[in-house]
Amino acid sequence: MITSAIIPRPLARLPWRLIFLVASIASFGLIVLYSAAGGSVQPWAVKQGIVFLFFLGVAVGMSWMSEATIKALAFPVYGATLVMLIGVEALGFVSKGAQRWLDLGPVRLQPSEFMKPAIVLTLARFYELVPAAEIRKWRAIWPAAVLLGVPAFLILVQPDLGTCIMVVLCGVTVMFLAGLPWWVFAAPAGLVAVAAPIAYQFMHGYQKKRIDTFLNPESDPLGAGYHIAQSKIAIGSGGIWGKGFLHGSQSHLDYLPEGHTDFVFATMAEEWGFAGGALLILAFAMVIRWGMKVSANSRTRFGQLAAAGLSATIFFYVSINLMMVMGLAPVVGVPLPLVSFGGSAVMTVMLCLGLLMALERQQRTGARLA
Amino acid sequence: MKPIRITSTHQSITFSRRMIVLGGAQVAVGGLLIGRLGWLAVAQNEKYQLLSESNRVQLIPVPPRRGWMIDRYGKPIAINRASFRVDIIPQQLEKGRDVVPEVARLLQLDEEEVARIRSELAESQGFHPVQVGENVTYDQYAAVTVRLPDLPGVQATRGYSRYYPDGPAVAHLVGYVGSANAKEYEAEDKNPLLLVPGFKIGKQGLEKTLEPYLRGTPGGQRIEVTARGRLVKELDPKPDRSGQTVQLTIDEGLQQYVARRMGDQSGALVAVDVTSGDMLAYVSMPAFDPNSFSEGIGRTEWKMLSEDDHLPLLNKVAQGLYPSGSTIKPAMALAFLKLGIDPKRRVNCPGGYQIGNRYFRCDAVHGPMDMHSAIERSCNTYFWATGLITDPQATTDMVKYLGYGEEFDLPIPTQRYGTMPSPDWLEKKYHRKWQGYDSANTSIGQGYVLINPMQLAVMPGRLASGKLIQPRLLMGKPRKPIPALDVDPEHLEFVRKAMGSVVNDHGTAVGSKLPLDGILMAGKTGTAQVFRLGERGHQSNWALRDHALFIAFAPVEKPRYAIGCIIEHGGFGASAAAPIVRDSMTYLFDKQKAFAALAPLEKQWGGTLAERNARQLANFKAASRATQA
Repeated sequence: MITSAIIPRPLARLPWRLIFLVASIASFGLIVLYSAAGGSVQPWAVKQGIVFLFFLGVAVGMSWMSEATIKALAFPVYGATLVMLIGVEALGFVSKGAQRWLDLGPVRLQPSEFMKPAIVLTLARFYELVPAAEIRKWRAIWPAAVLLGVPAFLILVQPDLGTCIMVVLCGVTVMFLAGLPWWVFAAPAGLVAVAAPIAYQFMHGYQKKRIDTFLNPESDPLGAGYHIAQSKIAIGSGGIWGKGFLHGSQSHLDYLPEGHTDFVFATMAEEWGFAGGALLILAFAMVIRWGMKVSANSRTRFGQLAAAGLSATIFFYVSINLMMVMGLAPVVGVPLPLVSFGGSAVMTVMLCLGLLMALERQQRTGARLA
Repeated sequence: MKPIRITSTHQSITFSRRMIVLGGAQVAVGGLLIGRLGWLAVAQNEKYQLLSESNRVQLIPVPPRRGWMIDRYGKPIAINRASFRVDIIPQQLEKGRDVVPEVARLLQLDEEEVARIRSELAESQGFHPVQVGENVTYDQYAAVTVRLPDLPGVQATRGYSRYYPDGPAVAHLVGYVGSANAKEYEAEDKNPLLLVPGFKIGKQGLEKTLEPYLRGTPGGQRIEVTARGRLVKELDPKPDRSGQTVQLTIDEGLQQYVARRMGDQSGALVAVDVTSGDMLAYVSMPAFDPNSFSEGIGRTEWKMLSEDDHLPLLNKVAQGLYPSGSTIKPAMALAFLKLGIDPKRRVNCPGGYQIGNRYFRCDAVHGPMDMHSAIERSCNTYFWATGLITDPQATTDMVKYLGYGEEFDLPIPTQRYGTMPSPDWLEKKYHRKWQGYDSANTSIGQGYVLINPMQLAVMPGRLASGKLIQPRLLMGKPRKPIPALDVDPEHLEFVRKAMGSVVNDHGTAVGSKLPLDGILMAGKTGTAQVFRLGERGHQSNWALRDHALFIAFAPVEKPRYAIGCIIEHGGFGASAAAPIVRDSMTYLFDKQKAFAALAPLEKQWGGTLAERNARQLANFKAASRATQA
């Protein structure tokens, strides 16, 4: 925290270290997008920069929200998001096609994005309401399972496997930290292991194919395995220091598909090498650590659970994407927040950070009050 | 679990514990990610860098220029000409858009060509270009080039095409080149070079056997391309290396002269340098034009060639097998001398000879014959009688030693070397004992005796030089010392003199004396029965007439060249084969005189070889059009 006589107090109270970190990551992302466009700020870098600045402003604005306000908003926001998800589903039914967003004139709203922070806040709020003595009871489990299961199901049938997995993981993290008995997590994990082959049968063709090629990318090097294969070539050919800015042949010659969205990390690693990749991972680790510290320092149960859940959201975003592009997980369509081109991931992450900043401010002011 | 009352203190401890678990898990995942990144980018870097380079850089093979074939004096036999060509890549054709008629109009292709293109398009493998036109004129090339945007799948390129200045004269010697077929492509492990439009490989003859020398090393145009195949920039190219020039022992002038001198007859002639074994002429006629084969032969021309009873597609030098007829006699005589037969010993020829219960007819009533006159006048009775009193294994061994039935070490794709029978061979092959009539047949070169035209030249070559020469086609092949024949030089001298008499005294080929002062030719005629003994020369049916053979060397005193010639169904050796050998031999000593002899003949035949071939093709095309109509 910067304390100086010149800077006005409200500004000085902002978590500048975090903002600096996040801005660095986003700026690095813009540089990568500039290169991915063949050395041009169009069509991605400028747009992404504006989106980032806008949501950075939103996040900073959110940081003045009180914990009580957040708490109060948790259920309504969850409810509203759920209604929107159903709306999307209905719209998709009417237009006989896959639908993930609501067209609201200038902006297209993807309600499943809101669900990531919303589920965290809702479950945090729910477990705050559950008395400590009840936590190992059935009553503490099934409402949470419903709160999580319904939106997860709605997102899965959109179909958006990536977001569904993220929502479930975020929710489960909060439930885990809330202190539910171990078997609640162990049993489904076992069940998943058993049920996975059955679930596979009910998947969409393209989802099946993605899992097939994840398990054996060489099975289809020119088809669906192409993404993973080319991504690995891009990352692998970068070496320690990379091929140099604007010199990534994989991305510039279009061998790397989706080099500005889901596979932006490969574009980056090709040009900046292991050094750039490791630095980016460490930067994200510091952001997440900051969030986890907010959780650890929180003195309310809601604050603890919400902060940890929001940090976990960012963590899952980053780790699922990186595992995907490095061939450790199937391609499920999760972007790398702040770096991948596209507003929704920026929005989600900045909402999470805004809420975390609000919780953090609460701790500081609360500390003063105490 | 025992029901315990969980307080908020418990809850707070649980939370802290689980935060540690969660944090630990996150650190572990982070470590995994960095580890994976390091594995890919650092440990596996080399592998992925290679893959990335092979993505980025595409190598378009640039075919090397095929090596030349030149004759012993450096004159070109097979060379390359700059050419323009047009191809269709079936894969790039647009559905429902037929470009063939438009291209055919631009290149003025006839229906036959269009039919060929259509059939090749139908059975093509997609990526393999189908040739539309090779050696098109610059104007046609330009006309196609400007219309390329409207002709998807059509490709116009500049390159080199094989050219044989002597055309049919060298056809069976050099063979021809052609685009690789699927089998050849597989055989070379799918060498991408073979798919380059216009790239030809040797298909026949020396073009095939000398492929490793002639091909050269392909270069590469290295280009940077996007994933969609758009060219980004050209990188420094890898230069190609032309194939080696191969020098042949052939005398191009002689080769061409012989081909012309043979006229329309079906036959083969081989000339060798007796001191070295160098083959100076290797002619099989009639022949196809290797230039049309290399360009992709038209159906009519192919039909004409394959229907011709003179077999222009057969390499008679390497694959034609004929009874040697009386050309065996000098070798037989040498064997008799070695076995101690007195050359002065006389055998009376009453016009035939009784062996067992069969009477063999001689060509004439020769009267008393010694060895010299028997060779000179080609008396069968003498050789029958003497063959019966000598050891057949020893005589046939001698003939074989002199070259009949011998396989030579030559770069020829298929060599049929015939048979020189012997008692051992007969036992092995037909499980029967050698009989008197076998000796009789063999001693005049009939029966099982089958020889090829190369042997027909090597045999007189060995007799003339007294050395065990081996025929050679490649100048560059290391020359080994040639061992002398394991025979008495006096015996050789005797045989040579007798052969000299064949041409110069009262022999069977006196009509074929060389028209040169001071240079005498020695020879031996041969007539190989095709149909039946006793019907000689009286056949009006060409296909049943006897083969005419002639072997020769010159000069008699100090031999330099030997020639063997067979004219299929030519009748007597003296009348059909000997004059051709005479003129060919003349060419080696005096070109002017040789051409002076050729000029009236060609006038009589109706033009030079090239003119007659062109006329024949035109006639055939007209005839086949007439039958179709």
